[in-house]
Amino acid sequence: MTRWLQHPPPRGVLLALLAAGLAACFAIEQFGLVDDYVRFVLITLGINIILCVSLNLVNGWMGEFSVGHAGFMALGAYLSACVSVKWLSWGDPLWMFPLAVIGGGLMAGAVGFLLGLLSFKTRGDYLAIITLAFLMIVKSGIENIPYVGGPRGFLGIDNHTTLLWTAVWTVLTLWTIRNLVYSRFGRGIVAVREDEIAANAMGVDTRKAKLTAFVVSSFFGGVAGALFAHQLQFINPSVFDIVKSTEILVMVYLGGVGSLAGSILGATAFTFLSQALQPLGTWRMVILPLILVLLMIFRPRGIMGMREFSWFVPRREFPKKEDKK
Amino acid sequence: MDYFAQQAINAIQLGSIYALIALGYSMVYGVLVMINFAHGDVFMVSSFFCFLLLLVLPVPFIAALLIVMLATAILGVCIERLAYRPLRNAPRVSAIITALGCGLVIQNTTLSISPYSQRMPELFTPVTWNFAGLTISSLQILIVGISVGLMLALDFFIRKTRYGMAMRAIAQDRVTVPLMGVPVNQVIAVTFAIGAALGGAAGVLYASAYPVISATMGVLVGWKAFVAAVIGGIGNVRGAVLGAYLLGAVEVFTVTVLPSTYRDLVVYTLLLVILIFKPYGLLGRPAVQKV
Repeated sequence: MTRWLQHPPPRGVLLALLAAGLAACFAIEQFGLVDDYVRFVLITLGINIILCVSLNLVNGWMGEFSVGHAGFMALGAYLSACVSVKWLSWGDPLWMFPLAVIGGGLMAGAVGFLLGLLSFKTRGDYLAIITLAFLMIVKSGIENIPYVGGPRGFLGIDNHTTLLWTAVWTVLTLWTIRNLVYSRFGRGIVAVREDEIAANAMGVDTRKAKLTAFVVSSFFGGVAGALFAHQLQFINPSVFDIVKSTEILVMVYLGGVGSLAGSILGATAFTFLSQALQPLGTWRMVILPLILVLLMIFRPRGIMGMREFSWFVPRREFPKKEDKK
Repeated sequence: MDYFAQQAINAIQLGSIYALIALGYSMVYGVLVMINFAHGDVFMVSSFFCFLLLLVLPVPFIAALLIVMLATAILGVCIERLAYRPLRNAPRVSAIITALGCGLVIQNTTLSISPYSQRMPELFTPVTWNFAGLTISSLQILIVGISVGLMLALDFFIRKTRYGMAMRAIAQDRVTVPLMGVPVNQVIAVTFAIGAALGGAAGVLYASAYPVISATMGVLVGWKAFVAAVIGGIGNVRGAVLGAYLLGAVEVFTVTVLPSTYRDLVVYTLLLVILIFKPYGLLGRPAVQKV
């Protein structure tokens, strides 16, 4: 059994599992196999996985520290809500909703590009401050736009986020980021984490690596925001505050930095934990940051920090020497 | 003209309170190279300490100020001992995350205990004077006087005393200084105690100037002070004071020109613009990255 887990199955098995999973999501949606609460939790889980993996690209693989992910979520959520409620509300949800989600992602990605440009000048603490300022600007900017409801929030969004759409976007996010970090170019992103100056000296285009990581990360942050908006049907600027960013940070650092399996694990653990702690009310938001502090002290890299479940690693054409040990 | 002069007085009052909080951020950054995100919430808790103290026994203003400063200093040292010291040699990102987490723990604990804002009992009955068309209350003079007094005392402490010298030495080189017999842990604890006590003083002054306190004050007011520290050049004590008065002025005059909902937008945009053109603040020195 363990041998089976250590050696990934043939590609066909993975694809079959994936197809079976998507078919199951479709069946659940079509025949109403689970009740509304379970469906809500499953969709939240998918959105959390997207958020966690995409933030992990910047905070984990690239080793920068961004607290602005909720800001990208807000951009994606508001733009997609504008598309589906105001601009293309006459459209069939079958093509209009994906368009809204992609639009939200592109909006967040474009702003992520600007934030990536800023990261050339500074890193570490100052980049954390810049992302914090970005988050505050997005939040108070939206509060001052009456067109999207200002501080009252955006009402009347239709519920378009089905389980199937969430599953499709989750798989797409995992697939994109896996292929990015294991590509030759993606090694450059990891090299920035280890030592930016040395990476530069070895011929890695660190600027391009940073920009790509920021854009991809914020694009999927925006996608998650769009799905979130069409799940809750009501969004409000105060939802996308530092607490939301901290929730995503808890997922990343609980599951493990620089790991796809860790991101899935962290998002899953967080989603179920936060549902289980729901009766505690505001004390829930005492316990979650406390977990983050204890993690930093006792296990700073998280459960799967910089390790990977072999099923997610692309196969190498030539086995390396270490593998034969 | 009178209107602007009046607003200038308000700006100085607000700037003085920001300066006291910003000093706490800047001192800790100078010594440990770490952003103490929990400091804003320490400031918030101190005004709740003051509220509780006045509920239990109505003490005069100066006594309340000293008791709250002491209590907040103890809280600051406890946070350092329990959460930051175990991470002193860990990667810097871990320390920032821990500070963010500590701040949220303090904020949400306060929020869970006191979900609504509280009205502060009056600490001090202000007398107002009319002077050449301006209104100045004794409370404003007291706030500015206490803040400037504490800032001068801190400046003297950092420049002239042995502990101050040790702090400056640790800021320069944390590896060599312990070899010279400087008790690093003790000096860092003192730094946190002083920073938190200044935050505590700010908490009392803020609560007497704007007497409605709530658990979100740490984010609304404390983080503004953090912005001030960054604008001035975080780690630089005089820069923090400069940034605080600048920010106080910007905030007060923004509200006179634009609707008050634009205040946060203007403040954080200013921060972003300053960081783009002067990445290390107005008076900060750039960190040289050694290879």
